[in-house]
Amino acid sequence: MIPAALTPVRLVGRACLRLLEGIGAVTIFAARALAGIAAHPGELARQLLHIGWLSLPVVGLTALFTGAALALQIHSGGERFQAGDVVPAIVAIGMARELGPVLGGLMVAARVASAIAAELGTMRVTEQIDALVTLSTDPVGWLVSPRVWAAILCLPFLVGIGDVIGIMGGWLVGVNALGFNSATYIANSWAYLEFWDVASGLVKGAAFGLIVALSGCWFGMHAGNGAAGVGRATTSAVVAASVGILAANFALTGLFFR
Amino acid sequence: MIEVRGLAKRFGDKTVLDGVDLTLGQGESLVVIGGSGTGKSVLLRCILGLERADAGSIMWNGAPIGPDFMDRFGMLFQNAALFDSLPIWRNVAFRLLRRMPRAQARQVALAKLARVGLGPEVADLYPAALSGGMRKRAGLARAIAADPQVIFFDEPTTGLDPIRAASINRLIREIVDETGASAITITHDMGSVRAIADRVALLDQGRIRWQGTVVQMDAAADSYLQDFIHGRAPQSQSGV
Ligand SMILES: Nc1ncnc2c1ncn2[C@@H]1O[C@H](COP(=O)(O)OP(=O)(O)OP(=O)(O)O)[C@@H](O)[C@H]1O
Ligand SMILES: [Mg+2]
Repeated sequence: MIPAALTPVRLVGRACLRLLEGIGAVTIFAARALAGIAAHPGELARQLLHIGWLSLPVVGLTALFTGAALALQIHSGGERFQAGDVVPAIVAIGMARELGPVLGGLMVAARVASAIAAELGTMRVTEQIDALVTLSTDPVGWLVSPRVWAAILCLPFLVGIGDVIGIMGGWLVGVNALGFNSATYIANSWAYLEFWDVASGLVKGAAFGLIVALSGCWFGMHAGNGAAGVGRATTSAVVAASVGILAANFALTGLFFR
Repeated sequence: MIEVRGLAKRFGDKTVLDGVDLTLGQGESLVVIGGSGTGKSVLLRCILGLERADAGSIMWNGAPIGPDFMDRFGMLFQNAALFDSLPIWRNVAFRLLRRMPRAQARQVALAKLARVGLGPEVADLYPAALSGGMRKRAGLARAIAADPQVIFFDEPTTGLDPIRAASINRLIREIVDETGASAITITHDMGSVRAIADRVALLDQGRIRWQGTVVQMDAAADSYLQDFIHGRAPQSQSGV
């Protein structure tokens, strides 16, 4: 008999084991997904369209408004110490390093992780995933790999385009509302932007793509029974993807810029 | 050909299968009946490895069930389980598309669709545009597309009107006779049992309670079986 006083210890121990088990299972899942890159090129192309091309509007609009707001904020904040001129540089660096990848990733998480989880979850509860197995097709290779790779390949592009549009948003505000000269604004944006500012953001984008697609696929493939199970899977996927992106962003920023 | 020995499966502390012994002979059509929730679907899932059994062995031609079984296998799922993202013909041709050129696979798919009474006009529709009965037929076409040696049917007639149900039953019987495939059918529908079965097995409380031919079934003394056949509320204690 284990003394009652040890109950909390047991609970913590059990939770830790569960957590490790979960991490192991997700890691194996991810490895299998990544290994299947070339298995179904047609599906990969379809997912590139779904995840990349169709996310462009939402990522572009997000970047546009973020860049514009950032310009306003930097300007009004910078004026306090007579540094309003730094707007172009800070908008460019802020978008490229941080806001482009993070907000782009979060928008894609909302749009794509939920869609993937709902689609795969529905396939799970309607036995379509079992049907794949009976048709000698590995569900991970057929469903998960194309989505994961499409997200990894697309997100850097989306982030890059978001960076450009965000900087443009800052430029629009700078030129039209803050009295900057257009040519000076563009020149200043370029002058202070370094290669690694942009490249680090693109690398982050690829990592966020992995997180988004993996969350969607994991929760979709493991959806519980019925419509409620699919709903829960969708919610969990978006929450996991969003928190995962923010945590990974912190880790990668620490890794890249310390 | 398929031999199940001592198959056991529980979920938590709920025992669903408790030592099922079952064999399926070459070219035989076996129908498994049993009340709702007795574990008929779980039995099929365990045989296919979709669910891991707790105990027991499942052999196919003397070897454990693996990839080469699946290559010779077809299944009609309860709600057809057609892939929503693919048009009907690509659903039917799913396995064929890995074995032959696209145009040829499409031809075979159209022939299989015709075999189950669906015309070429449905080939390019998506599953969402079909009625339940048409989906079931399309699912049947997919199950038989690659001429499997073993076919499982999970409640092929549930949710269909009596006429459609009868035609599905006849199709299944014809397909089994034509192709010489072995089949396991799960059903509650005594019409299906009589139309499809060479042999009937009654699953109850995790075991095969009774098995025999349709003629033996009608003459059997087992009271629960008789209640089941005639749709009577049970007098005995078993069943739910
Ligand atoms: N994944 C699961 N987790 C927990 N319990 C399950 C699971 N799958 C099945 N069960 C339980 O196993 C029992 C048998 O289920 P099964 O689906 O095999 O019944 P069935 O005989 O096919 O019934 P029906 O004729 O209604 O389809 C049920 O009581 C069900 O609650
Ligand atoms: Mg069932």
